[in-house]
Amino acid sequence: MTLSKALKIAENEIKNLLNILNDSFQVFIPKLKEKTSYKFYEWDIYNNGDEFNIFIGVPKSSIKSFFFPQPETLFKFSIQKDTTALKEPEEENKRMLFGVRPCDARSIILNKLPYSEDSYYIKKTEQNIIIGLSCNERRNSCFCLWAGGSPMGTEGTDISLTLIDASFIVEAITERGGKIIETLGDKFPVASTSDIEKLNALRASYEKQRQSIPDPVKKIQDKNLLELYDKPLWNDVSLSCINCGICTFLCPTCYCFDIQDETSKGQGKRIRFWDSCMFPLFTQHATGHNPRGAKHQRVRNRFMHKLKYFPDRYNVFSCVGCGRCIKECPVNIDIREVLRDML
Amino acid sequence: MENNSLNNNILSELKAKVLKLFQDGIISGFLGFASASLPMSIRPFLAKNEKDIDKLVWNSFCTINLANYLPEIIKQNKDKKIGAIATGCWSRNIVVQIQEGQLKRDDVYILGVSSRGMINSKNISDRFPGKEILHVKEEDHIVTIEGRGFSEQIKRWDVTRDNCKTCAHPDPVIYDDLIGNLAGKRSINNKYSQIDVIEEMEPDKKWEWFLKEIDKCIRCYACRNACPLCYCNTCFVDDSKPQWLGKSIKHTETAIFHILRAYHCAGRCTDCGACESVCPMGIKMRLFTKKLEKDVFNLFGVEAGLDINEPLPLTTYKIDDPEDFILKLEKE
Ligand code: SF4
Ligand code: SF4
Ligand code: SF4
Ligand code: SF4
Ligand code: SF4
Repeated sequence: MTLSKALKIAENEIKNLLNILNDSFQVFIPKLKEKTSYKFYEWDIYNNGDEFNIFIGVPKSSIKSFFFPQPETLFKFSIQKDTTALKEPEEENKRMLFGVRPCDARSIILNKLPYSEDSYYIKKTEQNIIIGLSCNERRNSCFCLWAGGSPMGTEGTDISLTLIDASFIVEAITERGGKIIETLGDKFPVASTSDIEKLNALRASYEKQRQSIPDPVKKIQDKNLLELYDKPLWNDVSLSCINCGICTFLCPTCYCFDIQDETSKGQGKRIRFWDSCMFPLFTQHATGHNPRGAKHQRVRNRFMHKLKYFPDRYNVFSCVGCGRCIKECPVNIDIREVLRDML
Repeated sequence: MENNSLNNNILSELKAKVLKLFQDGIISGFLGFASASLPMSIRPFLAKNEKDIDKLVWNSFCTINLANYLPEIIKQNKDKKIGAIATGCWSRNIVVQIQEGQLKRDDVYILGVSSRGMINSKNISDRFPGKEILHVKEEDHIVTIEGRGFSEQIKRWDVTRDNCKTCAHPDPVIYDDLIGNLAGKRSINNKYSQIDVIEEMEPDKKWEWFLKEIDKCIRCYACRNACPLCYCNTCFVDDSKPQWLGKSIKHTETAIFHILRAYHCAGRCTDCGACESVCPMGIKMRLFTKKLEKDVFNLFGVEAGLDINEPLPLTTYKIDDPEDFILKLEKE
């Protein structure tokens, strides 16, 4: 999609933009949660007048719950004496996620690879509009460039915002993004050619940075799968792992699920909910046998899935480099080091 | 991470003692901590030989309870002892593990160290929302936090964990050797002050507080998995026949998880705070176990893991056990 028209919105006018968008969409922004025991940023509904803060890096949780709800109702049913009736789940509102970091936005595209035939997921991608926000600063756990993205990436966004010299350059990335920008055209000034040049130069500099490192996906594809599988590294990495759900639940590109029926008083629903390869139950067979019964097998699976099986199949890591798993892991198991040791 | 002098003293003594243990052929591995890739973070680490000793570190972010790893590591290293560093609460958890048959005293070589209290890194990051902490320097009583464009000094005690602030037993209760000196029992004005505040709430307020506390729980079970008390082959949350707990993230299910987990720890919890330290969502679930710790102490006069010869309070019947609740039921 080529850039037809980009707007330039002063940093302190961002609330105006949000208020206008809020008339037509249900807008979500990352908000500083103050009411919990500790403060951190989480996705929440935007109400006119709310502060939109720019902070370094990503919110605590990824945007995957908007695409892959925890849990998601697949259908509802009722069981009467001699009839069983199926019902569609309720329609969800059209949502706009405003201020999505490039890594998180890119996760939508990556998850779509295995979910290309999943009507529930695809429907959500049609319903949710993504307004991206480029990064001016990186966290010490960020590694989007390594993972194939960029702090100024636009993949997965409909509109992309980049803050340059106290103004947001607002670009249309998709057709529907372009349509939204058209409706805003009379309310905000158009970005000048020099603004666009600045933006493009900045973006190109990241592109150059990425190309200066040997493509890790290529390197991993060249590795023998069984050799990686049998590396002694897995025992060492997994020793301190407590096999919790932090890294997988907070990860934007972990998409494994389990399915169950929840029934009460003749009414029921079939839900799918997040599962984690770090849990022993994930692979537990009904016979009692567990092919991934040992901790190192589960840790290995998480990394092999993201960094070997997935790229072998789709030519890209199942990781966007957001660094959540590194920051939130209670024992600091660092996927960057694991990747380095695999290469 | 740079270190303070007290911690440096501990570390150099630790390294020397571990070296000797390897040289004397007493241990086949030593469980301690290694440095992490991010500030305020730490890695539990098993030194397998003399060469690994240099990787050991010691600072106020060592909040993971190492007792949690011991039974598994010992199972895989049967020939010699496994060494481990242990503060007051960790050593008490080892005692509980021995009492409950998870460990044998002879399988572990305990290097005891009196704890100065560990820091709650969330207390620090909470002061810098949306900013990136790039460097943390710890001195004996001051922690310096640095990021792009800011540098701030914080009193160490101001960001120390709640459980450490009210800890009366910083000294290890069992050990084979000591690092530094014992500090003695600390006198705490009221170690249940956090609980008293909640107990005084009206039932509605109490419920409101509880739901608000667990509201952000993503049921990652890190709190359960970080705890040395949780070693059931299949936890009740994972049982499918019968299934005790629904899989939806709903208050009912999350509440059941937290209440049951806390009850399973009653009379066994040492208030080590590992559960709270590992929670990604900052949930203060330690308060639930603390309430039960208080009840067990008031009812049976027992604090978990202090005395290896003391029978476990909840699996032992004593003729003078309080049974008021039965009397109360009868009256109604
Ligand atoms: S990983 Fe990249 S895109 Fe994501 S927050 Fe960090 S710098 Fe931004
Ligand atoms: S967050 Fe860390 S400890 Fe928890 S399962 Fe993931 S790697 Fe293991
Ligand atoms: S694996 Fe870690 S860094 Fe990669 S996308 Fe998931 S949480 Fe982010
Ligand atoms: S660690 Fe925190 S988020 Fe995870 S299950 Fe425990 S309370 Fe919930
Ligand atoms: S419940 Fe929490 S405080 Fe108590 S022993 Fe377990 S990890 Fe430690």
